[in-house]
Amino acid sequence: MVILESKKVTKRFGGLEAVSKVDFELPEHAIYSIIGPNGAGKTTFFNCVTGFYTPEEGVIILNNRNITGLSPDRVTHLGVSRTYQNIRLFKNMTAVENILVGMQPHLKSGVIGAIFRDPRTLREEKEAVEEANRLLVYINLTGMGDLMAKNLPYGQQRRLELGRALASKPKLLLLDEPTAGMNPRETQDMVNFIRRLRDDLGITILLIEHQMRVVMSISEQITVLDFGVKIAEGTPKEIQKDPRVVEAYLGRGAASGLGQVQTAD
Amino acid sequence: MKSESTSWVKIVQNGLLGGFIALLLCTIGMVVTFDQLYVISGVITSGQLFVLFPILFESYLTVRRLPQKNNLNVLSTGGLVGLLGGVVLAILVLLGQVINLQNVLVNVSPDLFALLTFRLPLASGILILIIISGVSGMIGGAILLLPTRIRTALTQAILFIVILGTFRDLIYTVIIRWGFLQYAFLWLFAQSGLSIIGAIVIFVIVGGLSYWRAGKEKIITNVIRSPKQQRMYRWGSWGFIAIMILLLPIILGPYFSEILDNVGIYVLMGLGLNIVVGFAGLLDLGYVAFYAIGAYTLGVFTTTEAVGLLHLSFWSAVPLAIIVAVFAGVVLGLPVLRMRGDYLAIVTLGFGEIIRILVLSDWWQPLLGGPGGIVHIAQPTIANFVFGDQQRLYYVILVGIIIAGFIAIRLKDSHLGRSWMALREDEDVAQAMGINKVATKLLAFAMGALFSGLGGALFATKIGSVYPQSFSFIVSINILSLIIIGGMGSIPGVFIGGLALVGLPLLLTQFTDFRYLIYGAALVFMMLVKPEGLSPEARRRLELHEEIAEIPQEELTTALKTPGELGGK
Repeated sequence: MVILESKKVTKRFGGLEAVSKVDFELPEHAIYSIIGPNGAGKTTFFNCVTGFYTPEEGVIILNNRNITGLSPDRVTHLGVSRTYQNIRLFKNMTAVENILVGMQPHLKSGVIGAIFRDPRTLREEKEAVEEANRLLVYINLTGMGDLMAKNLPYGQQRRLELGRALASKPKLLLLDEPTAGMNPRETQDMVNFIRRLRDDLGITILLIEHQMRVVMSISEQITVLDFGVKIAEGTPKEIQKDPRVVEAYLGRGAASGLGQVQTAD
Repeated sequence: MKSESTSWVKIVQNGLLGGFIALLLCTIGMVVTFDQLYVISGVITSGQLFVLFPILFESYLTVRRLPQKNNLNVLSTGGLVGLLGGVVLAILVLLGQVINLQNVLVNVSPDLFALLTFRLPLASGILILIIISGVSGMIGGAILLLPTRIRTALTQAILFIVILGTFRDLIYTVIIRWGFLQYAFLWLFAQSGLSIIGAIVIFVIVGGLSYWRAGKEKIITNVIRSPKQQRMYRWGSWGFIAIMILLLPIILGPYFSEILDNVGIYVLMGLGLNIVVGFAGLLDLGYVAFYAIGAYTLGVFTTTEAVGLLHLSFWSAVPLAIIVAVFAGVVLGLPVLRMRGDYLAIVTLGFGEIIRILVLSDWWQPLLGGPGGIVHIAQPTIANFVFGDQQRLYYVILVGIIIAGFIAIRLKDSHLGRSWMALREDEDVAQAMGINKVATKLLAFAMGALFSGLGGALFATKIGSVYPQSFSFIVSINILSLIIIGGMGSIPGVFIGGLALVGLPLLLTQFTDFRYLIYGAALVFMMLVKPEGLSPEARRRLELHEEIAEIPQEELTTALKTPGELGGK
């Protein structure tokens, strides 16, 4: 079954086509990567899916529902969640608060409840905090709930951002370079963690990634973008052999030296 | 040697600085104007304090930075700084003999010279001026030679004397209300300032108490109270504060009640704007608009004049005023809240002006009265009890503040509060977390408009009439400033900011036009010393002071307690 589908999605900035007629199908429960050189339109495509940008042309379909042009909060309510290339936590809020904000789609109480603190609101709040603490344990930040997000070390900030994305109980998780700036060990932990998300929680994962070792080991399918255009699609094996991909990364003429793609970071 | 030369530079710098501050206060006329206002009757006047205090303070600062302090260098450094300050003033006096400075500086009059030379012949007068400055300098330095405990007691005692003496007239209005009790206090004061005996008694009592408490504190911290005792103690102190708040207008009388009412209305609006600016981070410069709308709505619906509508009672018109203000908030908010930061500030600023101009316009004159405003606005009544004067109105305003404060605290600790905070931190990400940007911001805006509308209604009934000029831009700025001074986002800060920003200028009225100078200097000083506000939120304090170590860990964890625990008890 297909969870996310894009048909001829095009996003322009002035004269520049950042994403150009991208057709794309994401099967449910997959771990799927989008790769491409810098400026290929990967993050722009993410922004189109999550509702930050409205594509000029084309449609985006989530679970058989057209979500093109919906606002980001609506898209989140429909089960899509994301992380950012450069970590964007609420820096001056604590770790628990960050996660609680992520739970927003599941909190029902309103102004009146907040003011009068009726039993329902109190119960909801209590359950939310318990749930948030469980999530902190799950992302291995046990006991750090009351620390300010900005005071956490880099690796933990990454995990917290992931935890915040998980808090909305997404069906589809978009990860924008989840291993950026990590050493090989941390990278391996992250890869294992992403696999667990899919295997344990059944979340479909779409990621943008630059480290080829990660991409090739984790992805079941890969789409390659270059200058906004989809130039290739397939399993890691197929992509590694595709001359167009090598050309996009290393320039014309390098296509003969295929194997190098694997180590190009 | 290098260290010695730098200390010389410091002495000259601070000496001249002290002299020039005193000189400034002389040339703007503060010294002469307040020469009749005694702090201690027959001994020292406010005017003389204005001359000597800057010199004394600069010496204190200079001596405090000395690497080592012994009797000799403390007294000589302090004395030198003081002498230099005196020389600066002496030059002014001498210059005044040669040139007629009064053409340029109107306040440099023969009166000032006579005052500075102690009404003595020129040569001996100048000599004494310099000597007295030098002695003040030495005193400023010598304070640092005293043990901390004595120094604290001494400065507190002197501070009390200066405050009580300076504000003698205000305090007098309170004391004479206390029936026979007044005779217990009246002898402390003279016709102007404190009496000499009064000053001595206050010095002994305040100084003694301070000295005694400094000794006692060390012991008290060792006493561990049982939880039950602690609870009793806490309830006791809260009860005492509550009773004091209820009795304030009766104890303090009409003049102070009026000040309290003004402070109260500003606090009420501050609580509202704090939600908009402090919680949600929306810079609203047109907050006065909702205040005007609340006031005018109440006016229109309750006035006994022919222009009004319905002629309702105060209590039935207040909800209407609030509803109209909230409605206006939503109508303005919908198009405007898509903007960010500076743009939002400008648009709201425009909105505030539009409302004021609309109210002034001929178009609305039949209903709103144009420049003539609306008069004869109803007062709140319960059965036959009319909340007619400032003292009674205090209680109505108090109820408003309690409701507003309660709502603000509850909202802050809810998931709405977190959503506002998230929007303030990073709007895009907050939206991606599922927060409906427009609805959430609109809610903050509407809550702000609600409190402002209520504040406006109370203002209208307090004055009994509304005029367009009461709703100028400066009101918005004042409310914003009181939030900043109190500490952005902090609810206790709103109260402290309200007292400082609205209460202080009203207390300083005896300084006539100079009060704005004193007030302005106080504001600059406050923002330099505590940029995060007088009563900041723990979170904000962390934002401004990166080094986390400054705040005890315990305080941090209680301040940033997991939100759910607050409600979960």
